[in-house]
Amino acid sequence: MTTQVTTRISTRFAALKEEGRPGLVTFVTAGDPDGETSLAILKALPGAGADVIELGIPFTDPMADGPAIQAAGLRALKAGQTLAKTIEMVRVFRTEDTTTPVVLMGYFNPIYVYGVDRFLTDARAAGVDGLIVVDLPPEEDDELCLPALNAGLDFIRLATPTTDDKRLPTVLEHTAGFVYYVSITGITGSATPDADLVAAAVARIKSHTDLPVAVGFGVRTPEQAKAIAAGADAVVVGSALVEVVRRTLDAEGHATANTLPGVEALVSELAEAVRSIKR
Amino acid sequence: MTALNSYRTGPDFRGHFGIHGGRFVAETLMPLILELEQAYEAAKVDPAYHAEMAGYLTHYVGRPSPLYFAERLTDHLGGAKVYLKREELNHTGSHKVNNVLGQILLARRMGKERIIAETGAGQHGVATATMCARFGLKCVVYMGAVDVERQAPNVFRMKMLGAEVVAVQSGSRTLKDAMNEALRDWVTNVHDTFYCIGTVAGPHPYPAMVRDFQSIIGRETREQMQEMEGRLPDSLIACVGGGSNAMGLFHPFLDDPTVEIFGVEAAGRGLDTHEHAASIAGGRPGVLHGNRTYLLMDGDGQITEAHSISAGLDYPGIGPEHSWLNDVGRVTYLSCTDQEALDAFQLLTRLEGIIPALESAHAIAKVVELAPKLPKDHLMVVNLSGRGDKDVPQVAEILGTSLGA
Repeated sequence: MTTQVTTRISTRFAALKEEGRPGLVTFVTAGDPDGETSLAILKALPGAGADVIELGIPFTDPMADGPAIQAAGLRALKAGQTLAKTIEMVRVFRTEDTTTPVVLMGYFNPIYVYGVDRFLTDARAAGVDGLIVVDLPPEEDDELCLPALNAGLDFIRLATPTTDDKRLPTVLEHTAGFVYYVSITGITGSATPDADLVAAAVARIKSHTDLPVAVGFGVRTPEQAKAIAAGADAVVVGSALVEVVRRTLDAEGHATANTLPGVEALVSELAEAVRSIKR
Repeated sequence: MTALNSYRTGPDFRGHFGIHGGRFVAETLMPLILELEQAYEAAKVDPAYHAEMAGYLTHYVGRPSPLYFAERLTDHLGGAKVYLKREELNHTGSHKVNNVLGQILLARRMGKERIIAETGAGQHGVATATMCARFGLKCVVYMGAVDVERQAPNVFRMKMLGAEVVAVQSGSRTLKDAMNEALRDWVTNVHDTFYCIGTVAGPHPYPAMVRDFQSIIGRETREQMQEMEGRLPDSLIACVGGGSNAMGLFHPFLDDPTVEIFGVEAAGRGLDTHEHAASIAGGRPGVLHGNRTYLLMDGDGQITEAHSISAGLDYPGIGPEHSWLNDVGRVTYLSCTDQEALDAFQLLTRLEGIIPALESAHAIAKVVELAPKLPKDHLMVVNLSGRGDKDVPQVAEILGTSLGA
């Protein structure tokens, strides 16, 4: 279904195309390591070079995530993060930044418990642009995907190496905003993807859709980001950023003076690498 | 509530039992789950598959398991006539092997050579390791680190059988976290790996498939009760963690309105303490591990830690079909505390010379509560789902008795 509506996401990808370069999508977990620091990180991401922001909704049982993002979620929950606070973070962010797309990423249960309709209303009002919900395949589209599209939020689907040509149309049918290609069979932050295989997979997806394709899972360094971005519309980096948060905490697990600058520095390096690609 | 024509037709084609069930998994797994569903549908109608299974059930598992009249327990309670369905006499010591056999034969049909499983008490892990040894398959069992400690005999058994046992350190380090890790393994090793889920939970088709494999318990019970008493039982009772032994006993009787059915959840230190594993009594519908069902969670949808003396019941969810049977009122779900289970564990051991698993002791405890109030011609069947050898060290520690002394 490609009713092209202009959204922050489509506007951003159109601008990237105009600039002739791929984009950088950054993932951080909302509320990690605490609400205040997390908001400061969120606000700093666009200035450091993030083109699209994925904000993780913490969940106790993130079954598609590796140890880094699991730990980030638990840090956030321990610091008192809730879905309501995550939505509020976006609202505050939007008072200063009206153009950078923000996509909430997580698992269905916190949203289901919050209430789907109430969630969509509140998320949209706060300035959320899209949703990635890992455990909602097309077979469960009635749950959130279709209501989200009706509410004007992009529902961004994951396509994976196991999504063959026969299944791809099913996966793409109600996808909006962009397609998130999972570069490996595995969990976040695990194996390093092969750039050539990824480029071939992106080409395969693009033969089925006009939507931009972002690639993530396992991309850690500026060099990897550059190699993967070369064959895609954008590259997603997550585990490496939340690892910076972890490494900069003090012995009690609190943020230090290095936390925010550490994240900014890695985002800047990643952005520089991605922006060095000219098309 | 309006009575349905049948309680045995679920799930629908999308795997739903009422609002429960479904397929809430990452896209990476979706093609595998669809492949599994197809393979199972094909096997279900293949007489060769059923013949192969029947052969192993008879000669390897040792079925049928006896339906045993517990005379001294009955006399002691002074009410209903209590029968034990002796699933603990199966090879490997519990009902778990019924399901594992079905899934392993299916994995072989699908050409999968690496089997992964999650386990709580270790009964499912032992059954899986056993069948993998029998068929020469590679076996990896995920077990929460807490459970590895409290179920040491089963860990050793699995290792002897050639399985790799991974002690899961994440989260609450119990069954739910073992299931998370198994799903992470599956997502990573999609090409050669078959995930052998141990209970009637997870994404469709697992809840229905595991139920089908376990339903032999109820089918045998029907026949055996007909032979022994010339009629159907009046009530059934079984413990429920994920709920596979209970579903296996219950399902063939769901459409017999005269049969009253009770599931027993683990109330841990009490339902009012938050230290329990009673998802129906103390939970709400939510989505975890591939299905919607009753879950223990906080107001933000974060899964809370379950507690039970029994590692096999220590899970914050329950199979989706149980959730539905609760919603439609066909099955009554009770709960039993750690202490009640411990008492029942000792009572059955002393009166019948049968040491039950702590899981099964939860069901026995409710027999102790219900049977005395019922007439002497009331026929009650309790599923003795596993034997308690694995629990002896833990119980000795709790009761303060050193086995060597």
